[in-house]
Amino acid sequence: MDALADLIAGPAQVWGAVRLVPLMRDEPVTGLRLHARLHPDEQISVVSTGPRRAYVSYVPHSFVASWGEDGLPAAAFGTQLVDPEASPRGIPLTFRRRPARREDRRRLRFLPLHLAVEGFLALEFAGPPIAWEEWTHRAVTQGLSPRAEAAYNGGAIDGLDDALRIFEIHPDQCGMVLYVADALAAAFVVPHPDDYRALHRTLLSDFYGELIYQYALMYPAVADFTARLDDARITDLAGLRREIGRSRAEWTSFHTLMAGGLREHRATPVYTMGRFTLSRSLPSFDPDVENHLGETITDDEGRLAYLKTFRLSAAQTRRGHLLSTLAAYDWRLDETAAALGTDRQGLVMRLDRAGFGHLLRPEIIDACRAAARRR
Amino acid sequence: MERVAREDLVMFMNAAIASTGQREFRSGAAEQRMSLEFLHEYVMGNYRDLYASTLALEINHLNAVMIVTNLLRTASEAGPEQREREGRLIAARLGTLPPQRVYAMIRRLRRLKVNNRRTRAIIRDWVKARPDPAFDAVKYRRGLSVAARHAHLALPDEVGTALFDWRRPKRYETPILESWRRAHYEQRALYDLPYTAAEGLAARHGITRARFLKQIAPNLTGGERLRLQETAERNHQTGALSMDLGRVPLTRLAIYVLSLPRDERARRRDELTGALRDAAERAAGRWAGAWDPMVAVLDDSYSAYGSGVKRRRPLAVALAVHFMLEALSRNYTGLWLHHRGDPLLVHPIGATGLGERLVDALELRPAHVVVVSDGWDNAPPGLAAEVLRVWHRRLRRSSDTSVVHFNPVYEADTFDVRHLSPHVPSIGIRDAESAPELFWLAEYAAGEADGELNHYLNERVQKFLRTGKEKWWTPSPI
Repeated sequence: MDALADLIAGPAQVWGAVRLVPLMRDEPVTGLRLHARLHPDEQISVVSTGPRRAYVSYVPHSFVASWGEDGLPAAAFGTQLVDPEASPRGIPLTFRRRPARREDRRRLRFLPLHLAVEGFLALEFAGPPIAWEEWTHRAVTQGLSPRAEAAYNGGAIDGLDDALRIFEIHPDQCGMVLYVADALAAAFVVPHPDDYRALHRTLLSDFYGELIYQYALMYPAVADFTARLDDARITDLAGLRREIGRSRAEWTSFHTLMAGGLREHRATPVYTMGRFTLSRSLPSFDPDVENHLGETITDDEGRLAYLKTFRLSAAQTRRGHLLSTLAAYDWRLDETAAALGTDRQGLVMRLDRAGFGHLLRPEIIDACRAAARRR
Repeated sequence: MERVAREDLVMFMNAAIASTGQREFRSGAAEQRMSLEFLHEYVMGNYRDLYASTLALEINHLNAVMIVTNLLRTASEAGPEQREREGRLIAARLGTLPPQRVYAMIRRLRRLKVNNRRTRAIIRDWVKARPDPAFDAVKYRRGLSVAARHAHLALPDEVGTALFDWRRPKRYETPILESWRRAHYEQRALYDLPYTAAEGLAARHGITRARFLKQIAPNLTGGERLRLQETAERNHQTGALSMDLGRVPLTRLAIYVLSLPRDERARRRDELTGALRDAAERAAGRWAGAWDPMVAVLDDSYSAYGSGVKRRRPLAVALAVHFMLEALSRNYTGLWLHHRGDPLLVHPIGATGLGERLVDALELRPAHVVVVSDGWDNAPPGLAAEVLRVWHRRLRRSSDTSVVHFNPVYEADTFDVRHLSPHVPSIGIRDAESAPELFWLAEYAAGEADGELNHYLNERVQKFLRTGKEKWWTPSPI
């Protein structure tokens, strides 16, 4: 990912199946600071995302971005939010207004990752723009609502809590790339090392895709990439030092390679704060490669101040792929089927399996199901 | 056979010195304890004589107690001569252990239902050798009563009454027992008691912590006084627990120093540095300033924090080793991984980049390089091992620098401390004061020490039985 260019990858630290690669900056991004704000445990949040549209999720914390003059004091404030409206019985609900919301003239509260995931859920949320006869009335008028996706809390990922606990944070560390069984699980970048130290633990309360959960469960351990020195070239201690410098350079390039799957495609600005822009990005939904949802804050020079990504599982990628292909062909079944290299029946069955069967009229689905059974 | 025994002995010694069965940075208490118990079983099953002999060496209290318990538990597996030798070793070792450890061991023996004639005799002799049974009846009340019941001890009259039926007598003749009886009803009598016994009674009388600390101050032991410094500070009793840092052992002192906030350390720099230097001089004894030039590579990465129960222990050991080697060596340089400047202000932070620091150390061309770290090398991983490999394969000449690794953390998975490299001996360390002995063990682990194992151990055992002291430093092994 080009945006990671001004970050230098450090040597990885491995614990079980989890590999943590620190990202360092020579110089912190000035003028923007992030703080975490914790929300009471086990509460389901209802976040309004537009007129008559809401996003319901477990939101353990939100980030507060403050911007302004350089050298801003980074005081943490208001660590607990308790909503007096929430009913004491049943599952408590907390209502939040918009995933990104300005709290003060120079302060923005946003829900990390949820911003990106909301972008994914809202993908083609409006449904078919033209009432083709195959789609139900409900699909045309109400779109895909309600649309749901599942993810795992970091605490459920085997070994992640220990890996984060024993990770030794570098003094100038501003970010982290997290691999589980050598699959890129998430990338996290903040503007300043102090912010990173404060937000390191929030990686545990973030959520991760199903793939990551399963990999963590199935893979016992990954091997450490240990340093290798070529002793044939070393004749004295100065030579040894040179060789160490060379192996360090190899390291950095190697990690750039490993994070290669982190390509962003469609970035949409969500909020502009001073010279910083908060935006979210969607991947290409190509089922053959890794797909990461992302949210970023970049400054006016394009320097990356904040990044958080979520890796979609294969099924989620397929759903995104189907929806974006459908939209590209105006929700016309035959053209979409041709583009996907299948026929009308194949596409209908794929939609059905992906959980979008309810959008199609029952007789169409039933006919295809019957044909599939006969075959 | 000799080589296998040598490796097993070194592995066991590393565990017996470093492991305390407590939570460490990377593993939990249960793992540590299970691993240690397995290791004890293994060594006892294969080398019973050797296992018993390690009682004469400088192993930590937990392991000494475990060895004694295991030997008593499996007495039927030993022959008559073995039993005789074990019995004398056990008796000598129990004499050097703190009483609370021995009482806890007796309680454990009772739980395990180990109650043969020899065990009873060992307990009886140990209790008889205690200076004041009445004092024990107050301070170690549970321990002594369990011991008395378990080993059928005949205690002096009043002591027995105090243990099992203390409310009956109107008054006791023995002063401490009488104070203890009165302390149940009267606040003033409280302050004649040892601190741990008085603490609970004070709470029952509703005495505030501050007032209690101030009044009990003269009765505190050295360890309690050191431990309570911060409590006194919190309760605004700063002057009350004044203590002479000149009598505290080196590693304990290092732990205390590191427990202070950094600005206080900076404020009391001269006093603390002086105390650390004095403690190191005392520990070095007649070898002070006699050893060849040394460089230490000391780990102050985040993992040196240890765990909540062993707070900053690895870092404190590194700091204590720094002062110890400074006292021992003619010419000493200490290199921390991150910290620069006054070692007193060291703080555990950052990753462990041992490799490059090792090159810095080797460039100074000292006679010895000492590495104090938990054996994890992660910036980049394995670089220290590579540096040491290249150094040994390509660069080192026979008379050149030797490298030793001291590791304060027992690793449960490998039943040993974590090794840096196969070319360098890794030795467990608990107290920096025992560094001279550990150098000998390192030499032995590297296969350089001459003499047979059994011969050496027998010599140590004889000396231990004669003097009753496990500390026995080889005259400079270097």
